[in-house]
Amino acid sequence: MDRLLDAVAALGRLSLGLCRSVGAVAVFAAVALSGLLRPPFHARNFARAFAEVAYFSLPVVGLTALFTGMALALQSYTGFARFNAEGAVANVVVLSITRELGPVIAALMIAGRIGAAFAAEIGTMRVTDQIDALSTLSTDPMRYLVTPRIAATTLALPLLVLVADILGVAGGFLIGTGKLDFTAAGYLRATVDFLQAMDVVSGLVKAAVFGFFVALMGCWCGYTSRGGAEGVGAATTQAVVSSSILILASNYVLTELFFAR
Amino acid sequence: MSAVPKLRLVGLRKAFGAKVVLDGVDLEVPRGSSMVILGGSGSGKSVTVKCVLGLIEPDGGRIEIDGRDLAALPRAERAAVLDRTGMLFQNGALFDSLPVWENVCFKLLAQKRIPRRAARDKAAEVLAQVGLGPEVCDLWPAELSGGMQKRVALARAIAAGPDLIFFDEPTTGLDPIMAAVIDGLIVDVVKRLGATAVSITHDMASARRIGDHAAMIHKGRIVWTGPAKALGNSGNPLVDQFARGEREGPITMDLRR
Ligand SMILES: Nc1ncnc2c1ncn2[C@@H]1O[C@H](COP(=O)(O)OP(=O)(O)OP(=O)(O)O)[C@@H](O)[C@H]1O
Ligand SMILES: [Mg+2]
Repeated sequence: MDRLLDAVAALGRLSLGLCRSVGAVAVFAAVALSGLLRPPFHARNFARAFAEVAYFSLPVVGLTALFTGMALALQSYTGFARFNAEGAVANVVVLSITRELGPVIAALMIAGRIGAAFAAEIGTMRVTDQIDALSTLSTDPMRYLVTPRIAATTLALPLLVLVADILGVAGGFLIGTGKLDFTAAGYLRATVDFLQAMDVVSGLVKAAVFGFFVALMGCWCGYTSRGGAEGVGAATTQAVVSSSILILASNYVLTELFFAR
Repeated sequence: MSAVPKLRLVGLRKAFGAKVVLDGVDLEVPRGSSMVILGGSGSGKSVTVKCVLGLIEPDGGRIEIDGRDLAALPRAERAAVLDRTGMLFQNGALFDSLPVWENVCFKLLAQKRIPRRAARDKAAEVLAQVGLGPEVCDLWPAELSGGMQKRVALARAIAAGPDLIFFDEPTTGLDPIMAAVIDGLIVDVVKRLGATAVSITHDMASARRIGDHAAMIHKGRIVWTGPAKALGNSGNPLVDQFARGEREGPITMDLRR
């Protein structure tokens, strides 16, 4: 009986802790977003974060998208051959990439690249008193560090995903025309014919939401980190893990919102 | 001394969990004077200063700058009061993503008090005051020695011309000559800008050079205040032991256990 109660108590503690964290992160996000409403805006920091996401992440995200498109084409070809539906490869590739895989894969890569970097940068600033120093120099650290990063990532990730979509489809095209027996014109027609604006738009909206979560968790984990190099390491790990979970969970919710009838 | 003190702390208290760090700190720093705070490592000197600057929320007590209770001020006015303060952090706390010149002129740039293209010259000018040449301007903080970082941090703290400045161990890690130069600079800043300075130091020679007044913090309270010149023969056994660096005395370090 006691053991049962202990277990229940532990569960209660866990959920209370979770609620507290969610509340704290929500307040953090609200404070960061309120920085968008009035100046000062730190355009330089915005530009730096934007370039980091939209430009310097292009190679990583582009390559993963390309290979994903290629594997997808191959998989759906061999898989669909069992139903004599090989012809659907182009449709499958373009729908999967634009609706699901483009946004999710790009976001996961960005979580590893950018979310981790934000957590490490801001965490180091925290444990070396640089965040306190900002305050003593009459600069609000939330506005200076967090607001521009969240805004930049939220805006840049959709652009990145657009590129990922194109490269993913290109990967499918390469395999479809090079290895499988599609003609270039036939593959492209099949791709375009079945594609609706909603497929792409929903993916871009997802990307914006994912970008927001990645930057939020990166900044939050860094901002609240404690205890030297070890604390910064833990913050970095936590940023990647928590934003990856948020990406996959919100991906389901958004898919439900967009497509479930 | 009937004038309103520049800074007044009344019964300042702060505990981290069960650990009481400040247990009713009372301190008055007259306008235009230089106060030195002494105390053993971990006695709460840095915490006291961080409370004044609003970086740590105190549990109780009053902090007055120019006779105005900071906690009672509306947020904007409080920010305006704190805008007139400067701080040199114990570890420098330079922004390592910015070159030295942007560090030094950070506040001036953030408040658009100087245009960006004038900032480098301004930085060179302030750096010269702390004994650094203009070639330092374009270095990154990670490329500086510990002592140089300290001097750049000092330059950053005074660049915007604050009228209440906190120096957390300004001369630790400097060679004796540079330490004397920095001490001279602090005295100069106080004289020239008419600023009020609060310095934390462990170095007695430095304390006598910088300070008009000195205060000793021990076990979360100010146990002695007096003229800095009197350090070493203050008549207070705690202070005298500290000033002379003696092992035997009322202050015992918890080395065993
Ligand atoms: N953010 C914090 N969280 C928990 N404890 C803290 C925090 N900051 C300071 N302390 C504790 O408060 C005490 C006083 O710290 P403080 O940094 O003020 O010491 P100090 O007098 O400046 O010492 P030193 O001369 O070594 O710099 C220390 O025991 C420290 O462990
Ligand atoms: Mg200290």
